[in-house]
Amino acid sequence: MKVSVQREDFDLSREVKAISGNGKVGAVASFVGIVRDVRMTLEHYPGMTERAIAKIVEEARGRWQLADCTVIHRYGPLEPGEQIVMVAVASAHRGEAFAACEFIMDYLKTRAPFWKKEERPGGTAWVEARAADDEAAERWK
Amino acid sequence: MRVKVLFFASLREQLGTPGEELELPGGVATVGSLREHLSTRGGAWASALEKRKNVRAAVNQDMAQPGAAIRAGDEIAFFPPVTGG
Repeated sequence: MKVSVQREDFDLSREVKAISGNGKVGAVASFVGIVRDVRMTLEHYPGMTERAIAKIVEEARGRWQLADCTVIHRYGPLEPGEQIVMVAVASAHRGEAFAACEFIMDYLKTRAPFWKKEERPGGTAWVEARAADDEAAERWK
Repeated sequence: MRVKVLFFASLREQLGTPGEELELPGGVATVGSLREHLSTRGGAWASALEKRKNVRAAVNQDMAQPGAAIRAGDEIAFFPPVTGG
């Protein structure tokens, strides 16, 4: 299991390869979040962020049989088109990999202490939390 | 008792500080009462921390509800709902 909160970009194919080596892995599901149309800065709570993500991964491991998992989330200034976050989950079969990957992203959206500040034409603005994100996390209960 | 308080994102900007160490008066022993205590400073403190504002909290880097107890030496953080991912 790997959790990293970092400024630098990441290489999805390298991360997927790193969790695929085990002979028991038959499926890897991955997700990459990308900055859409505006430049932004991501702030986080150092220490708690890593801890919150690790707890989410632990919860996923309690629900599904996972062989391995990697979560990388970036912080600092990001340009449109840049990668923000990745989750890759390895398991024996695809069902668990797909479900765990989505679960981790849904929980990360509502429980990991990150805040986006966007640079819009009229000035900078903090992104408001979306009710849809809360609903997405709720459905796993 | 003495605790460390941290503020993040829009809350940090509104309050003009990333946090501080402070001595709490007796009776301030939960996350909710600490929030109320800070809001009595008035001005930006009162408006940023008023009840109807959606402010989240963590105690020692775990998400915490208003009723969560706080102890000497704890690190209590206040912040807006998270928007990562």
